[in-house]
Amino acid sequence: MCSGRIDPAFVLRAFSKGADGVFIGACHLSECNYITHGNYHTLNMVLLMKKIIEHIGLNPERLRMNFMSGAEANVFTESVNDFVKKIKELGPLGKTEELSQKSLTRKLETVTKLIPYIRLVERERLRASVQTEEAYHAFFESDELNRIFNETIVEKLAIGQIVSLLKEGPLTTAEIAGDLGLTPSEVSKHLNTSSRQKLVRFDENLKRYAVS
Amino acid sequence: MGAVILSPGFEPFDPKVREEYRYGEFQNVVTSMDYERLLSSTGPYQGEILRASDTRHPHKVAWIQCVGSRQVIEGGNSYCSAVCCTYAQKQAILTKDHDATAQCTIFHNDVRSYGKDFERYYQRTENLPDVRFIRSYTTIVKEDPITKNVTVRYSTTDEGVKEEEFEMVVLSIGLNPPKDAQELAKKYGIELESHNFAKLNPINPMETNREGIFVSGAFQGPIDIPESVFSASGATSQIGELLDSRRGKLTKERIYPEERDVSEEEPKIGVFVCHCGANISSIVNIQDTVEYCKTLPNVVHAQNQIFSCATNSAKEITDITKEKGLNRVVVAACSPRTLEPLFRDTLREAGINQYYYEMANIREHNSWVHQKEKDLATQKAKDIIRMSVARACHLEPLQEFDLPVDKRALIVGGGIAGMTTALSIANQGHEVFLVEKENDLGGIARKIHYTLEGLDVQAYLKDLTQQIYKHPLVHVYTNAAITQATGYVGNFLTTVKSDRGVTDIKHGAAILAIGADVYTPTEYLYGEDDRVMTHLELEEKIAAGDEKVTGAQSLVMIQCVGCRNEERNYCSRLCCSESIKNALLLKERNPEMDIYMLFRDVRTYGFKEDYYREAASKGVRFIRYEPTDAPVVKPGKSDEGKPVLKVTLPDYVLGKKLELDADIVALAAAVLPSAATKEVAAQFKVTLSPDGFFKEAHVKLRPVEFATDGVYLCGLAHYPKFMAETINQAYGAAGRALTLLSHETVVASGSVCEVDEDKCVSCGACITACTYGAIEFYESPKGRKAKVNPVLCKGDGLCNTKCATNAIMLKHFTDEEVISEIDAAVSDEEIMRQIDTAVGES
Repeated sequence: MCSGRIDPAFVLRAFSKGADGVFIGACHLSECNYITHGNYHTLNMVLLMKKIIEHIGLNPERLRMNFMSGAEANVFTESVNDFVKKIKELGPLGKTEELSQKSLTRKLETVTKLIPYIRLVERERLRASVQTEEAYHAFFESDELNRIFNETIVEKLAIGQIVSLLKEGPLTTAEIAGDLGLTPSEVSKHLNTSSRQKLVRFDENLKRYAVS
Repeated sequence: MGAVILSPGFEPFDPKVREEYRYGEFQNVVTSMDYERLLSSTGPYQGEILRASDTRHPHKVAWIQCVGSRQVIEGGNSYCSAVCCTYAQKQAILTKDHDATAQCTIFHNDVRSYGKDFERYYQRTENLPDVRFIRSYTTIVKEDPITKNVTVRYSTTDEGVKEEEFEMVVLSIGLNPPKDAQELAKKYGIELESHNFAKLNPINPMETNREGIFVSGAFQGPIDIPESVFSASGATSQIGELLDSRRGKLTKERIYPEERDVSEEEPKIGVFVCHCGANISSIVNIQDTVEYCKTLPNVVHAQNQIFSCATNSAKEITDITKEKGLNRVVVAACSPRTLEPLFRDTLREAGINQYYYEMANIREHNSWVHQKEKDLATQKAKDIIRMSVARACHLEPLQEFDLPVDKRALIVGGGIAGMTTALSIANQGHEVFLVEKENDLGGIARKIHYTLEGLDVQAYLKDLTQQIYKHPLVHVYTNAAITQATGYVGNFLTTVKSDRGVTDIKHGAAILAIGADVYTPTEYLYGEDDRVMTHLELEEKIAAGDEKVTGAQSLVMIQCVGCRNEERNYCSRLCCSESIKNALLLKERNPEMDIYMLFRDVRTYGFKEDYYREAASKGVRFIRYEPTDAPVVKPGKSDEGKPVLKVTLPDYVLGKKLELDADIVALAAAVLPSAATKEVAAQFKVTLSPDGFFKEAHVKLRPVEFATDGVYLCGLAHYPKFMAETINQAYGAAGRALTLLSHETVVASGSVCEVDEDKCVSCGACITACTYGAIEFYESPKGRKAKVNPVLCKGDGLCNTKCATNAIMLKHFTDEEVISEIDAAVSDEEIMRQIDTAVGES
């Protein structure tokens, strides 16, 4: 099995099941044991997931990938010790981020539901074209990526969160904005989109939005 | 008996033969073998490095190199023991692993990092904090009567002679011939060479003077592990040639009981927790762990075993599985890398599908790394086992399948490596296709006339080539190029375009022996001044009797041209000995010639050291240079007004600038991976090492085969090496290939990908991801669907993460199996504790 087998779902699952950090150890880049160079795919996934978890309010340093060979026990030990130190600094998941358990669970669930979509977008649009570590990092820091990220995943995540929030009970635009940490105008844009997609509706009696 | 292989190994040098090492006298002077034992978890202090005098950790350790080697004194050996430089580095690294602040000093002569990846390893050691390499001879002066520390005297270029105290001194002892070598030789009627190792045929270094008696391993001389493995496989291939008619006569087919279908049963798991002697049990509380296992869901049996891998323990697993009706087994022991096949077999013996076996590694991942935290280690053992048990519940039975094996072999490259392999395979009754890109066979050996030991290479090459052309089972394709290579172990199909036209060749095994290239120097006026040439060109001119060369008054050789630098971070291994060979040839023809060899480290390892000494005794001058202050070559005039090449460099011994007048400058040009390496690697789906040579499956243990099944390697394409080493490896590759070709079928793993056609939306994402070409579309009754060819699938699982509908799944590593482990990683108690803490805080 290659580190390329590591699915974003595994990462999210670990966070949902009580892990405060997720560490991925993989072969050195360009020293593939197979011929797939799957660790570049893993790196891509990790950089994307860091962006996503940051977007939902988690510290992206809770996910880390380091490269090492099977003969580098020292690198492994140093990497893990350093990561553990970092996670101890950050404390339990959600704590330094000031997220309630309920909100954390909802956010992670929303992202998990979106994984098939994330895979598609990652494959089609969110991939670095040159296979070097620098190129991957440069790509993930580029404006181009931010634009695509906002257009695709950010919108889907917002809508997903609004829907799951409304499942708990009808809310006003302001209430939604407060809960999700968005501006009312952003919420209103997403509500328009999701109303068109018939995911939510405006309940005239309650003067609130509800799931349709 | 038809044949014998002698592999008695070597005897570590005993430093007691020389009083000055103070071994046995000073308690804290140990040999490198003693130190290996200290590092071992089964050693005297369970893997702790402690001093015998006070059982305290030594903080300041010195290694003294070349103990018993490279010395012409009573009791010492004249040769270089070939392995000590790198093992001392390994010991320094491990010492730093044990104690990051330890101070390690290595007193050395030349640092001989000539092996594959060794240069990088040397740099890694050198770059560790508090590791010093000091180029100096040493004397062990005294022992402090109270602290028992040991004082070492050594010299430095800038500060003169110094004395320094160390808490422990390690003697890097060399390799002696086996103790009973002479008796062994007498008994088997074989000859020994002058150092009392086996005397071997220079063109077949496994062959003794007596037919049917072969040698493998360090009885060949001081060699490292990969070379030992070459010769072990190589000797078996030669025995195969002798005894082919008897092949398989003594083998018995193993019959397993019929597999019980347990897929509808509730999981009934048995957990066996291994002590591994004291390896696990001295750290992990085994009894406590076993009791914990009994509380886990679906576990119906848990017990401890002293060594689970012992024959009786393995049988116990089988017996209990049958007796208790277990349908899944977890062994908590070591890494699955070595013993998983053995434990899987215990299930087969019990009539359970072997993929119902799961291994929890509580040794490498636990007891070996948490020696100081026994309670936490016990907790971690429980965590690891809990995860394995969770996963075991979801395991599914998988079928391995037999693939037929095409009995023919394809060999890419018709140099000495390729031809030697071809003959050995053909002599065992297999058809061989030998593909050579040039018009003539012979490869780089066509440019070599002599070996250091005096072999007439061209005569040998002529004989070898004739044997190839005469052999009825060897088909030679010259001026050939491979246009396509497809297929898999046992069933390759390769298209070759050659003098014979375009040919499709079916074969079961492929051996890549594509050789290497020689660096074309851009430095030292090469190509601008015809008095500057490579060492290979020099040899050709010597062989041709070129007066300009043989009649020269002065010749300067510059070593390490084009390697051991940033761009090519490796040692080309051959060049020191090649240059010394040329120097000796020139001294023979013109004893008056002044010959200078400008080197960084003289790496004449093994018996080649004797020739280094011979060259020095014949007046060849060896001058060391540093890459930061490399020699400069410029045209000029001698004091007598003769046009010469002026070579200037610092002299570290005299501390001044040296200027040499040279008629000829010979450059020891690096060995480069063949320009074709990348293309051939892509065709046969094999990988490359960081320096661009082929990457073997395991650098020590599987040095003649690739990780890709059915593909083997030998010769310079693997790494620079001498002709004798190439021949060793070529026979080795033949031996490994025969292991495959002599079987009718080969077993393919059951852990491959599979498509759930109901979920597949035929988007092709998996097909794009698969670099093995294992997935294709096909027209199913439900429309176009992706389908995996299980034979081509290597089980990397990358495609799984590309599929938006989760339709493709790597068996044995399914989402369900992996997620069940993730879910169990944090125990319920731990989660409850976390929640309680959170509630308590709020």
